[in-house]
Amino acid sequence: MSEPEKVITDENLERCLAGLTQDRIKKAIDQVLKKESGARLKAYVETCVHCGLCSEACHVYLSKDNNPKFSPAGKVKRTLWEMIRKNGNVSPEFIKEASIIASTECNTCKRCAMYCPFGIDVAYMMATVRRICHLCEMTPMYIQDTAHSHSATMNQMWVKDDEWVDTLQWQEEEAQDEMSNLRIPLDKEGADFMYSVIGPEPKFQAYLIYNMSIILNAVGADWTMPSLPGWDNSDMAMYTGDNEIMGRLKREHFETAAKLKVKRIVMGECGHAFRSVYDMGNRWLGWKLPPIPIIHAIDYFYELLKTGKLKIKEKYKKSVTLHDPCNVIRGGGLAEKSRYVANALCENVIEMTPNREHNFCCNAGGGVINCGPPFKEKRVLSNRVKADQIKATGAEVLISPCHNCHSGLEDINHHYKCGVEIKFFNEIIYEIMEKPGE
Amino acid sequence: MHTLYNFVSGPLAWISFLVFIGGCLYKIYNLITLAQQKESFIFSVMSVKYGLRSIGHWLTPFGTVNMKKNPVMTVVTFAFHLSLFITPIFLLAHVILWDESFSISWWSLPESVADMLTVIVIAGCGYFLYRRLTDPTVKYLTTASDYVLLAIVAAPFITGFLAYHQLFNYQLIMILHVLSGEIMLVAIPFTRLSHMIYSPFTRAYIGSEFGGIRHARDW
Repeated sequence: MSEPEKVITDENLERCLAGLTQDRIKKAIDQVLKKESGARLKAYVETCVHCGLCSEACHVYLSKDNNPKFSPAGKVKRTLWEMIRKNGNVSPEFIKEASIIASTECNTCKRCAMYCPFGIDVAYMMATVRRICHLCEMTPMYIQDTAHSHSATMNQMWVKDDEWVDTLQWQEEEAQDEMSNLRIPLDKEGADFMYSVIGPEPKFQAYLIYNMSIILNAVGADWTMPSLPGWDNSDMAMYTGDNEIMGRLKREHFETAAKLKVKRIVMGECGHAFRSVYDMGNRWLGWKLPPIPIIHAIDYFYELLKTGKLKIKEKYKKSVTLHDPCNVIRGGGLAEKSRYVANALCENVIEMTPNREHNFCCNAGGGVINCGPPFKEKRVLSNRVKADQIKATGAEVLISPCHNCHSGLEDINHHYKCGVEIKFFNEIIYEIMEKPGE
Repeated sequence: MHTLYNFVSGPLAWISFLVFIGGCLYKIYNLITLAQQKESFIFSVMSVKYGLRSIGHWLTPFGTVNMKKNPVMTVVTFAFHLSLFITPIFLLAHVILWDESFSISWWSLPESVADMLTVIVIAGCGYFLYRRLTDPTVKYLTTASDYVLLAIVAAPFITGFLAYHQLFNYQLIMILHVLSGEIMLVAIPFTRLSHMIYSPFTRAYIGSEFGGIRHARDW
């Protein structure tokens, strides 16, 4: 049974509501629906036969006791159908509601595209609604602030240029207590790969940088990290519909790697950064594929384990279950490699059901957790099915190889009392790996 | 009656077929041009292999997770759509019309089979109607046009059934049958019935995106 929700007030939405005119709304809708959108939107809107088969794909719909208005098509009905029907002449109140729907009731996880007989991509349509709201400045406050951070600092977390380098050097110093010859090579030209992280890592998850530097030094990797802005592979602008900033961010990230003349980029355990690289950011920039190959940490760990470069002391004993982050599994095809890594590291891996491409979204991704505290309760209440999934496995530990998933799942874990410890792959590797000199 | 019959089976038939075929071709042309102008990356994403792979799974009964989750709907919709296409094309009475008009003919269904397929189509429409009226999720998405479309699709089959069995006023029913068939043909390019034309494209696209770029399955 789903629980009742409190009324939510978002300061930015209210501020925007006060000043938004119908004229501006019409201009924004016309620009997106007539100029920017094309064949896909037209086909999707005209092909949907209102059959409702998409509904059981959506974790929000299911968690809300099959409430029809949260089905994927239901969300399109509450936003795009109305905008099209009224030819763009919708009220500011409507745009505010549309922004809440698109920004906090959909994670753009694309599970619905696997359930619709026509493969209609409701995630794309919700992203289109977000774009319209962005052009009206109607974006929830916290994620808008994040987009501003991207714009001003080229990273998600208002990390200043010197703070970035300071954080790396601090972690390097700490790690040298464990491995005396450990280095985090900065700006090493011609290294095999550049390691990139998301904004939150230096800000409040620096231990992940620590873990990774231990791992990379232990396996003798030829790596580097950039000292300049462009180190952040994350992209919340993609999720506010701010395509212009999204494009700038991706270009900066790849230019940073290009300046270092690295052969490839290895990114940390993140979901959406991956997506902004091969799905959205690249298209805005007119790239079919990224100019420098970029692989996810799961892929890199797979490489290390398969080739035997990473040595384990003994396998992880606690029972684990594996979350499949939408952007990495359904979005990146890493389902089997993720399982290879989990099984190589852990003795007892229990699959949750459904899994792989059909696994449920954690409800934090797609910018939803980034809409911040005002929407936290709503987000948690829209993800009950995930909690049910986790509890059903009976596992002690939940592996979540994605930052947003990790944070979102912590909230679910807490609210629904799932009683699991949530870990990244690199945390488990750090715990059980052989460290040189031990 | 006879003038009316001659009109609907003559000039109006020509017009409706032209509008149907021309409309469908125009829709495809429009879709491709729009893709070229606004989303040309679609052409580099589209893949024969992954597109066909996806279409193949979705054209197979119970070939996808969602079909397995909705077994009744799956059986009904496959039976409905197959009968919907097979009946008008292979009905003896229709083949005779083509033979008489253009001296072309092809294999036709035994009449009892055609009768049964017609009933399947009508029953299918009945199930879809029932679903729209009773399932809250579907009801929420339903507008008046959805009922009109169901009526447009059911009408040629109901009137066809009645005409074949010569129930009620045969001549009137015949005219209504031809007319309702023409209405359905003309409706296809201009309403949601166009899912007939667009769905192979949307399916192939998402199949290509999932298969070729995301390296994942979309069924």
